[in-house]
Amino acid sequence: MEIKVLGPGCPKCHETEKLVREVVAETGALATVVKVSDFQQIAMMGVFSTPAVAVDGVVKCVGKVPSKAEIAAWITQA
Amino acid sequence: MKELRPLSGLDAQGPVLRPLGGPCAGEPPADDGVAALQADKAALRRFVLWGVPALGLWIGLYAVLEPLAQSVVYDLLGFEHGSRFADALAFFLYDGPKVLLLLTLVVFGVGIIRSFFTAARARQLLAGRRESLGNVLAALLGIVTPFCSCSAVPLFVGFVTAGVPLGVTFSFLVSAPMVNEVALVLLYGLMGWKVAALYLGTGLLVAMVSGWVIGRLKMEAHLEEWVRLIHAGQDLPEEELTWAGRIRAGLAAVKDIVGKTWPWVLAGIALGAGIHGYVPEGFMASIMGRDAWWSVIAAVGIGIPMYSNAAGIIPVVHALLEKGAALGTVLAFMMSVIALSLPEMIILRKVLKPRLLATFVGVVGLGILLVGYLFNLVL
Repeated sequence: MEIKVLGPGCPKCHETEKLVREVVAETGALATVVKVSDFQQIAMMGVFSTPAVAVDGVVKCVGKVPSKAEIAAWITQA
Repeated sequence: MKELRPLSGLDAQGPVLRPLGGPCAGEPPADDGVAALQADKAALRRFVLWGVPALGLWIGLYAVLEPLAQSVVYDLLGFEHGSRFADALAFFLYDGPKVLLLLTLVVFGVGIIRSFFTAARARQLLAGRRESLGNVLAALLGIVTPFCSCSAVPLFVGFVTAGVPLGVTFSFLVSAPMVNEVALVLLYGLMGWKVAALYLGTGLLVAMVSGWVIGRLKMEAHLEEWVRLIHAGQDLPEEELTWAGRIRAGLAAVKDIVGKTWPWVLAGIALGAGIHGYVPEGFMASIMGRDAWWSVIAAVGIGIPMYSNAAGIIPVVHALLEKGAALGTVLAFMMSVIALSLPEMIILRKVLKPRLLATFVGVVGLGILLVGYLFNLVL
């Protein structure tokens, strides 16, 4: 599973990345976490409000810091 | 985040094994939805139950603030009326809590309103709009759409690729940071509703007109190439929020915005209090007064490279006004600080070629100048 955290690098994007990594560690899921900060790549995914999270190429959340429960739900459902 | 709820589908050791694949993978069982709905209803009841007394407490506190500040300074601490330090202290003790109270309530309200307007919805509403009306709508949406300055570029690309005209996109981009709820509260709390309304009205006007002008200039060719090559056509599914969810969004906004800006607000008010108590009346009149014709230009020139949030700048603005600075000059200064910041321009450079970026700064700067002179002339 590949989890992409999309965001140019503001505090909210950093917080999102931190939470995603924490949840991955806590659940022991087999997932790689990638931070995407290139605007072109972010735009290519149809995301225009950051931070955003995509799991295996499917955008799950846009424009806000997700809660840990939300992140956990994406990981277990995928 | 800090909201720790039991994670459904998880135990302490790891993920509960679920059959992978199959038609229902990824969909929660139906009874989860019903349970979630009931939990939301219970949460809503709890919010109302707590909200009513909280609102009563807010009103009570707000009503006793002024006499309380007075009695602390003059009765409890025994300062003499009219001393400079006592004046400054009373100003701080009254205005500090007042602005924080107002800020909390308004940010909560705006947080709820914003839960109705996502960036995606703004994009849908603006796609294919004609200019003029589109500029008006974009400026208005700029107020209520949640927007963080590092989202400027993705948002810009999202708008342009959805067929929102360039000028309309700029109206949004100007109004979003410029017409700011924290600024509005501070202006209302420190200077009354007239100044707040002027700020709101002229901020919207600058956003509408400068967007319209940029649209007239037909500068689509001055976007960076990659922007035009991207087709971010599809819209992502939107989640529908319940009322409990909207209230949670409001509370999150309070935690986020008030939690981050309160030191700035208090520092600004302390500085304002110092100016209020110690700087002589009319001191600012010669440099920022109505008679100094160049003051508006200087104010905008100084304001553009400065970077501060509304919270830090407005208490200072208030004190400047009190000591004889002209309203137009001060408004122009504030708008240029908030609307045109260097970090945002550096980010925008990724999508705009230098000429378009310069045009953007020029047109918005000119609009702010005109607002400044207009107010100095009229008021």
